Amino acid sequence: MRENEEVRNARFIAENAQAIHDAPNQKIVKALMSRDTTVTLSEDALDNEMVLNMGPQHPATHGVLRVLLRLDGETVISAECELGYLHRGYEKLAENMTYHEFIPHTDRLDYISPLANNVAYCQAVEKLMHIELPPRAQYIRVICAELARISSHLMAIGALAMDVGALTIFVWALREREKLYDIFDIITGVRFTVSYMRIGGMAQDITDEAIKMTRDFLAGLPEAIGEIGKLLHKNRIFLDRCEGIGIMPASEALDLGWGGPNLRGSGVASDLRRDNPYLVYPELDFNVITRTECDVLARYFVRFDEVKESAKIVRQCLDKLPKGPIFSDDAKKVMPRKGEVYTKMEDLINDFMLVNFGQDTPKGESYSAIESSKGELGFYFVSDGTGSPWRTKIRSPSFVALQGLPRLLEGAMISDIVAIIGSIDPIMGEADK
Amino acid sequence: MDLSDAVQSEGFVTSKLDDIVNWARKNALWPMPLGISCCAIEMMAFAGPRYDVSRFGSEVFRFSPRQSDLLIVAGTVTYKMAKVVRKIYDQMPDPKWVIAMGACTSSGGMYRTYAVVQGINQFLPVDVYIAGCPPRPDSVLKALMMIQDEVAHDKPFKRGTIIDMTDDKPLIQIATPNIITPAHV
Amino acid sequence: MFSFEDLKAASGIEFQPIDINGDAGALFDRAQIADAARLLKEKFGFVQFMDVVGHDRNERKMRFEVTYNLRNPTSFERIFIKVRCDERDSHVPSLAPIWSGANWAEREAFDMLGIVFDGHPDLRRMYLPDEFAYYPLRKDFPLMGIPGSIPLPSTEGADAQFDIKGQNV
Repeated sequence: MRENEEVRNARFIAENAQAIHDAPNQKIVKALMSRDTTVTLSEDALDNEMVLNMGPQHPATHGVLRVLLRLDGETVISAECELGYLHRGYEKLAENMTYHEFIPHTDRLDYISPLANNVAYCQAVEKLMHIELPPRAQYIRVICAELARISSHLMAIGALAMDVGALTIFVWALREREKLYDIFDIITGVRFTVSYMRIGGMAQDITDEAIKMTRDFLAGLPEAIGEIGKLLHKNRIFLDRCEGIGIMPASEALDLGWGGPNLRGSGVASDLRRDNPYLVYPELDFNVITRTECDVLARYFVRFDEVKESAKIVRQCLDKLPKGPIFSDDAKKVMPRKGEVYTKMEDLINDFMLVNFGQDTPKGESYSAIESSKGELGFYFVSDGTGSPWRTKIRSPSFVALQGLPRLLEGAMISDIVAIIGSIDPIMGEADK
Repeated sequence: MDLSDAVQSEGFVTSKLDDIVNWARKNALWPMPLGISCCAIEMMAFAGPRYDVSRFGSEVFRFSPRQSDLLIVAGTVTYKMAKVVRKIYDQMPDPKWVIAMGACTSSGGMYRTYAVVQGINQFLPVDVYIAGCPPRPDSVLKALMMIQDEVAHDKPFKRGTIIDMTDDKPLIQIATPNIITPAHV
Repeated sequence: MFSFEDLKAASGIEFQPIDINGDAGALFDRAQIADAARLLKEKFGFVQFMDVVGHDRNERKMRFEVTYNLRNPTSFERIFIKVRCDERDSHVPSLAPIWSGANWAEREAFDMLGIVFDGHPDLRRMYLPDEFAYYPLRKDFPLMGIPGSIPLPSTEGADAQFDIKGQNV
């Protein structure tokens, strides 16, 4: 028995030595060490620097993100991110299925606000196919997108608070999100990963019970958000940990392509809902929250205030919700209702053709984007006329936000790293596609 | 008769001892949440205020594999991530159990592509598979209860305990449900 | 209201107009795209870099096409500039020195399609492991991948107590 064990251990050590000299880590470590840095080493710098791996499995990295840090004591000299641990091959997958079949996959992109992804994708496909939505459908889409934004921002606030140590806030945020999950359950049938939107409309209409639940939730939201504010906004520890770190000036943010709360926290009042409007946003009244301090605390406050703005938008939509159909008229491009498929011949044929072969799309390219909770979420299609796209590109805001991370981490302390990552709010499902 | 004889034989004392040890173990399963993608959100909800998992004894979600005994793999495992998952599994001390949460870990899920491992049982021994995309937190609680049943019927002292104090070898205790014969010791 | 004719008037760079479903797009020659991009950023205000898309046109000549998505944050306009390259000579000038946002997105195009961006500060794979030998988004790469292209982890570690091949022992 003992002999077996020795042989086994020796073989394990031999295999490990192989892995150390293996190719995979060499390129990224070389990139890390040759990266330009603006950090000046202090006078009593240690003789050697340390390369620390904040690996893909880490409680604070918001998913599977690997950050390699070059440290001088506690200060980060430079950092490199490695993505791809959740690369599932979405774009290749999209080329092999019809436009409709891809809708459930879009849920899993930004998996804390799935309804917003559905809205973005269906809107992009409808722009490609020149399908117009009826007004009730547009209002319901706005309601869903804004509820998804509230859900995502609550998670971001909770996660940032948890990362800097306030665990209570995370549990409170989860409690509010459970109420949102109940609303999604009533509207769509699923807690999250809803796949609610369809090309040309949505799966089913919203009921009066759902509207009542939404109104009750919105009535209770200011108090819930107020409780979180009371605990955090005057808290010495939270403010000291978040203020003045992770500064990203506006010009660099634009150069990188940042958007959403990250860009608005740097002083640029850019919001696609107001600048390149889509759906019924021109008819709604809302503010674009901007802060000028460019640091972690500014981005946190932008998200915090945006929750209240989204609640305002949903209330207006619920008041203005018109009656009418939720599906567009175009019979050849839009899935017919199940009741009609079972009774009418023409709808049966349309259903068969749409499910098996997809729509006849015009040839060409198209791009459409929405303002998701993280920035600009856009879909770019190259269509060859058939029912499945020739090329789908997902322009994901988390990917772009993470590109600024190495720049933000230079000069920060180790304990600032988690706060900075939390303030950028990356979701790896979206960043890795 | 010495201690090893006493624990090897079947009797009233050892079966009661088994029961006590199993009861203690099953009500204090500390999960190691390997939250990779969407299932991680449901796992957070499973630990959250509504589907509270701490009433099952899994209060502490240890993010260190060395301090946990239940690995919940929640999310799509890609080939690039598989090495990391295996490393974490190897770092966990015995006895350990694995829950494959969701469709992606059970069989690759809806991603039949070049980058996704079609089921983590290709490189990990899985005890419970949970279906769903993502599974409701109720399902994850049920899986936890199934693992608790498995632990309750385990025989921690019957097989594989070697208490060898005569030389400096460390205490080796192998008591996972996977070992069937002591020959592997 | 920006139009690519203004760019041509300012610099004389030729382009081929392509309509991206309502947004303006232009196909540039490989040698001139860097100059055109610099002018667009400095003179016409397209400072917000959005995206790089590479795709495989699956044609014998000029197989790959790279599209850059740019936005003007003050006039809210969106334009697309394109460049094409052959399969055997898949080199395209990199726009990463102009917009820092192009850095990672070009790495992703390189990872997925094998288009080499000349002048890129750090061109290596973005998503897939460095030793992966193929380019997945090319039309000749199968969806399920090539078996063995990324190996599964070894189950023979120091703590492994079972044999995966077959059943648990």
